[in-house]
Amino acid sequence: MADENTPVAAAPAAKPAAAKPPEKAKVVAPTYREFPTIPALKLDAMVESNPYVAAAGHNEAIGFPGTLVDGWEQKAVAKMGELLGKYRSLRVYMDACVHCGACTDKCHYFIGTGDPKNMPVARQDLMRSVYRRYFTLPGKLFPKLVGARDMSKDVLDDWFRYYNQCSECRRCSVFCPYGIDTAEVTMAAKEIMHSVGHGHKYVNEIIGKVHKIGNNLGLPGPALENTLEGLEEDVLEDTGAAVKYPLDMQGAEVLLVTPSADFFAEPHVDSLIGYGKVFHAAGISWTLSSKASEAGNFGMFIGNYEQMQKIAMRVREAALELGVKRIVVGECGHAWRVAYAFWNTLTGIGAGANDPFAIQLQKQLDPNYKQPSHICEVTWDLIQAGRLKFNKEANDHRIVTFHDSCNVARGSRMGEYAGGQFDIPRNIIRAVANHYVDMSEATTREKTFCCGGGGGLLTDELLDLRVKGALPRMEALNEIVQDKGVNFMATICAICKAQFTKVLPYYGFKMSMVGGVHQLVSTAIVLNSEQ
Amino acid sequence: MSLLFALLFYGATLILVGGVAYRIYEYARTPAPLKIPTTPAPTTTGGVALRMFREVVFFESLFKSNLWIWALGWLFHGALALVLLRHLRYFTEPVNFIIAFIQPFGMYAGFAMAAGLAGLWARRLLVERIRYISTPSDHLMLALLLGIAITGLAMKFLMHTDVVAVKSFFLGLMVFEINPLPAHPGLYLHLGMVALLMIVFPVSKLLHAPGVFFSPTRNQVDNPRETRHLAPWAAKFEAKN
Ligand code: SF4
Ligand code: SF4
Ligand code: SF4
Repeated sequence: MADENTPVAAAPAAKPAAAKPPEKAKVVAPTYREFPTIPALKLDAMVESNPYVAAAGHNEAIGFPGTLVDGWEQKAVAKMGELLGKYRSLRVYMDACVHCGACTDKCHYFIGTGDPKNMPVARQDLMRSVYRRYFTLPGKLFPKLVGARDMSKDVLDDWFRYYNQCSECRRCSVFCPYGIDTAEVTMAAKEIMHSVGHGHKYVNEIIGKVHKIGNNLGLPGPALENTLEGLEEDVLEDTGAAVKYPLDMQGAEVLLVTPSADFFAEPHVDSLIGYGKVFHAAGISWTLSSKASEAGNFGMFIGNYEQMQKIAMRVREAALELGVKRIVVGECGHAWRVAYAFWNTLTGIGAGANDPFAIQLQKQLDPNYKQPSHICEVTWDLIQAGRLKFNKEANDHRIVTFHDSCNVARGSRMGEYAGGQFDIPRNIIRAVANHYVDMSEATTREKTFCCGGGGGLLTDELLDLRVKGALPRMEALNEIVQDKGVNFMATICAICKAQFTKVLPYYGFKMSMVGGVHQLVSTAIVLNSEQ
Repeated sequence: MSLLFALLFYGATLILVGGVAYRIYEYARTPAPLKIPTTPAPTTTGGVALRMFREVVFFESLFKSNLWIWALGWLFHGALALVLLRHLRYFTEPVNFIIAFIQPFGMYAGFAMAAGLAGLWARRLLVERIRYISTPSDHLMLALLLGIAITGLAMKFLMHTDVVAVKSFFLGLMVFEINPLPAHPGLYLHLGMVALLMIVFPVSKLLHAPGVFFSPTRNQVDNPRETRHLAPWAAKFEAKN
């Protein structure tokens, strides 16, 4: 099972609209644009988008009111006031926008749907209008003049609809002259909705599972153990090498925290196999943890600091219990953003602390390594040190491209210099495969388009949105599929992999076309079978 | 009338300075609990200073994003800066040599400023997406700025006013003396609109000027793994753990 990827048939149907959607016939991919022109506005195009409201049980399980509370209007406004005092981003962004319109055509959901409320500034204005009404003088005196609105059920419905059409990908923030990040506004809106009992089912259900079972998919410890044993057998059979996939191994050097999809979803598992092979080949002892069997942190998606911290805390606890020296994160976009940018703040996983809470952990961790490290940083360091060998020809049936996952691209870094997050995965791919092509530069690196499924939107009821939101990425992919015969799109995000597996067929591509960077590593790595 | 304008300008200055100072205090006081620079971001403080400089002086992000808005916006802001500098001659005696030197440029900058504003307004009216997001206040703000530019230019090129008297009025204000302001409708309009702009500054989108310096996505150093960053309200959660 290590590598059963058959080469993908060359040119897929050029007209994606003609491709047969696999299920739910009503969801159809939009047609590619001749030139990347900006779509004309289609008022209310996505007003039917209907994210499921969380049931009382799901809300209460994670500390929010079960259903919309009495007097929620005032409570929501009060919560907004609280957040304005806690987050400088929100505070400044509510005031600073000049409605210049530079961000209006930058969101993949706007490009895919044409709904004007999916323009980043319009999405912000859903909240800004309420902010102006209650927190600014002109909004209190002349609401019409400055576009201010009372908090009402209509407003709440709009919020629920359109803040659940934002994947928090931060593309708009790259292009705004003041760096206004709509993701920050979306997170605040979700936090406010949760605080009055109006949560999104998909996300809340998952956060509940993390706390109860330890991972987003709800895989209990024994099931994990079985899966990992199965992997060991498969790899032994395929390669003759006794690669280990240890769970809860005391005293291992490395604790690997990876998205739970890696344990059994396709193509995710092929990357997990790859991580194990890298550690095996380099002779590094490592372990997974049943307590921290999830790198993902959906607390970020709902903008809730406490939840995000609680979820991250499991990793700290596992690291302390297992006595590891290094913490490494597997292929997951938003998880890497949380790990890289927030873990030090939330849990003390990092360096440079001077408070007892963080020092307790930081004195255990090896200061010679970046804490946490991304698995790509680990692999690339080993490649540079000459500690891994590859048979690149093993990947010759693939012509590879790389999708920059937005959370990695715009919310984190790898390596020593700004932009290392773009180069390191590409360097690895070039080290393990002979054929590599980049997609159009308007859609890669810091300008990358989200896959369309991030931010807690990876749920079936939003499939229509997800298919449409993938349009700009699919256009860029199609271009190099046609021109260069690309047949494999590598990425380092569990959500990207799941999302693409689902939406690629709507655009006439094979779903096996997407996979992980460590899947490519896994294919090419040379193992010492005597070990 | 002179008294009225004197009071108006004292009031407007108070509101502008007090209001903006209060906003800045609010922005500075509000913590940024998490590291959220839009990456790739500088990894040193010096790098961040450079990023802010490029952003504030060249509008770097806007340049990446939309050349039309960038060109018109930059034209307007650049011209505005020149025009403001030129106006310093009404507040200083003797006039600084640099201010004297830019006088002729500042004069034509007035036209550039009006052109930039007109262009931005045209986009607001003609581009469907921007029309959609515009509120009445967005149009009024442009009208106000354009009004100031046009009345200013009119006084320079069409119906001159006694600038020496204007200067003595403002120099007087600075030492709490009220000297006569020339009775000139163009001047009244011009000064009235300027005062209005000063008054609405602290409660309007003009706050983008101080705001940009406080934007965490732009002003944070990308070093979360190297140093621990903790907001006071967030530190409290740790006590519980
Ligand atoms: S963060 Fe991404 S999804 Fe959200 S509005 Fe901005 S570009 Fe769109
Ligand atoms: S680019 Fe920034 S300032 Fe301009 S409309 Fe968008 S959010 Fe507002
Ligand atoms: S799934 Fe991937 S592309 Fe989409 S939001 Fe997450 S990191 Fe970004």
